Amino acid sequence: MKRVSLVFTLALAAGLSSGAASAQTLKTVTDRGMLSCGVSAGLPGFSAPDDKGNWTGIDVDVCRAIAAVIFNDPTKVKFVPLSAKDRFTALQSGEIDVLSRNTTWTLSRDTSLGANFTGVTYYDGQGFLVKKSLKVNSALELNSASVCVQTGTTTEQNLADYFKSNNMKYEVIAFASADETVKAYESGRCDVFTSDVSQLYAERLKLASPADHVVLPEVISKEPLGPMVRHGDDQWFDLVKWTLFAMIDAEELGITQKNADDMAKSDKPELKRVFGTDGNLGEQLGVTKDWVSRIIKAVGNYGEAFDRNVGAGSKLQIARGLNQLWNKGGIQYAPPIR
Amino acid sequence: MSIEPRSPPPQFAFRLKRALGGRAGWGGFALQILFVAALAWIAYEIVENARANLAAQRITSGFGFLRNTAGFDVSQNLIPYSGSDTYTRVFFVGLLNTLLVSIIGIFFATVIGFMVALGRLSPNWLLSRISGGYVELIRNLPLLFQILFWYLAVLAALPKPQQSISMFGLVFLSNRGLVIPKPIADPGLDPFALAILVAIVASLLLQRYARRALFESGRMIAIWPYVVGLLIGLPLLTALIFGKPVTFEIPELKGFNFSGGSRLIPEFVALTLALSMYTAAFIAEIVRAGIQSVHKGQMEAGASLGLSRGTTLRLIVVPQALRVILPPLTNQYLNLTKNSSLAVAIGYPDLVSVFAGTTLSQTGQAIEIIAITMGVYLLISLVTSAIMSFYGWRISRSLAA
Repeated sequence: MKRVSLVFTLALAAGLSSGAASAQTLKTVTDRGMLSCGVSAGLPGFSAPDDKGNWTGIDVDVCRAIAAVIFNDPTKVKFVPLSAKDRFTALQSGEIDVLSRNTTWTLSRDTSLGANFTGVTYYDGQGFLVKKSLKVNSALELNSASVCVQTGTTTEQNLADYFKSNNMKYEVIAFASADETVKAYESGRCDVFTSDVSQLYAERLKLASPADHVVLPEVISKEPLGPMVRHGDDQWFDLVKWTLFAMIDAEELGITQKNADDMAKSDKPELKRVFGTDGNLGEQLGVTKDWVSRIIKAVGNYGEAFDRNVGAGSKLQIARGLNQLWNKGGIQYAPPIR
Repeated sequence: MSIEPRSPPPQFAFRLKRALGGRAGWGGFALQILFVAALAWIAYEIVENARANLAAQRITSGFGFLRNTAGFDVSQNLIPYSGSDTYTRVFFVGLLNTLLVSIIGIFFATVIGFMVALGRLSPNWLLSRISGGYVELIRNLPLLFQILFWYLAVLAALPKPQQSISMFGLVFLSNRGLVIPKPIADPGLDPFALAILVAIVASLLLQRYARRALFESGRMIAIWPYVVGLLIGLPLLTALIFGKPVTFEIPELKGFNFSGGSRLIPEFVALTLALSMYTAAFIAEIVRAGIQSVHKGQMEAGASLGLSRGTTLRLIVVPQALRVILPPLTNQYLNLTKNSSLAVAIGYPDLVSVFAGTTLSQTGQAIEIIAITMGVYLLISLVTSAIMSFYGWRISRSLAA
């Protein structure tokens, strides 16, 4: 891990010291013919390679959607698996064009890291996973426990806050990668594994007997996860931001992977704007008019991507909850395409 | 009276020319100046560009972050630390953890290394084969693999705290580490410590006296009964007079873990074990080479004086071998210190893990933090080298005397 971050740091120093930082990410990506996208090294539902080596997950789909907008080909993405603590350096150094790696949006990350969050892919919160045999029913019963956590995450800080504000003692063991963290939890080094709730469900599936472990009811933090881009390139920022917005708006408008072609022929002014048969919204973003239909044909709308990767159509079976659309009881809401 | 031919006046300018420009004279000097100027210019450009681009991307730079609150906890801290302390404190916590594992690792690596080397040179067939096998096995396996082996295969297999292996209800071994009673100072501690100090000083004086007696009048004085008496008797006596020096806080199982007592965390144990065993294999070969570089005749001379094999080694062979051993031994010490950064794989909170890892990720100030970390490792290495050089200088001085 150390070597990886050292490489990124050197790349950062080199990249930062070689002339002006490239403000034209879109042009760079187009010239390269490939989008470079930072993802998690293996988190089922968010980004993980399947048995054929294809990357799948909701974070991965965001990258594929961006590639579809630029190249009309969702496969033109180079996925760069990153550990939690290396991810920001990789983005700063220009190693990746966009970071889509279940990253929590916080003020300090949005400012001092030299990067911007473009939206929220998944509204999450932090929880605790424990063995059923411990007979613990609440996180407030965890006094004196040993807790395994992945280093370089907001989780690590929330954990410190939570135990401190509840006057509980604990021992923290922080690992560089999610795999090492889970392994230590499984071997009994820790009583508790803490992370974002979605990640707890995903990691639980990888344990030897998932049924012996339970996620405690407490959710102790807000973890809005979203993609990140570098400061200083507003065009690229807009493109990444509106790719995700388009997926959410498409769900709201009822555009799906299947009916996209039919909907494109519709006379409704709203749909004509979205599909680019009227106006030049795509060109304003610096891409083609049919950008939305490229996204939908590649990865589907937000709801489809959610169901396929983490929701009812996946092994994780996570309910939509907060991630339901705003008009269906959730808080997913995208500004209008017009 | 003969007149000595006068030496020509020293050509100061010529000497200066040779010193600065070498054989090439002033031309070489100018070339050197140009080269240094070019290097300085490149360095300046790199720094300036990095600064300008950091500013353009609005990435925070500078060292102000060191005063900010860290907001995360660390499992092993030698100085008091909590999440509400600053990143500076995190830095020192990590540095001390690195130094702790390095110093203890160096100690054990040296002890094991010397033992294995002597075992390998021993006339005992079995002992020498076992030592040879150890070296070949350990030095040919990757270090990271060995660290993970100790951590995940050996220590993780220990029972849960609730079923821990207990020794007399005082010491507990579990997969959470080794818990031992913690000494807490009582009023009797000061005289007790003083008594130990006095005993040590007295023993050293005794040793000097015995040495002088041996060298000057050839008398052998067995001082060990006095030394034992001093070291045990004197502190015991003060304890009887002033009361016991410490009370022990007995660990007990409360909830998920032991509370009270002191604890060695398994990450520390695994890392120390792996580092010292791995480095010991290399040290063993260095020591063996050093001993074999001493002429066979020295060993035979010792034997003909009637000295035992052990005494000959200790008094005659090893001091001469040390001159050969020290430089490569220093390399191994430096390697061990730097290898301790593999701690990050098993969650031991060393400098790289908590500072170049967590702190870097939280603040995003990669250039500053990596620069500090590199500087610290460089400093540790230079200090280690300096200590070893000083030791080497003393040895060669005493051998020359």
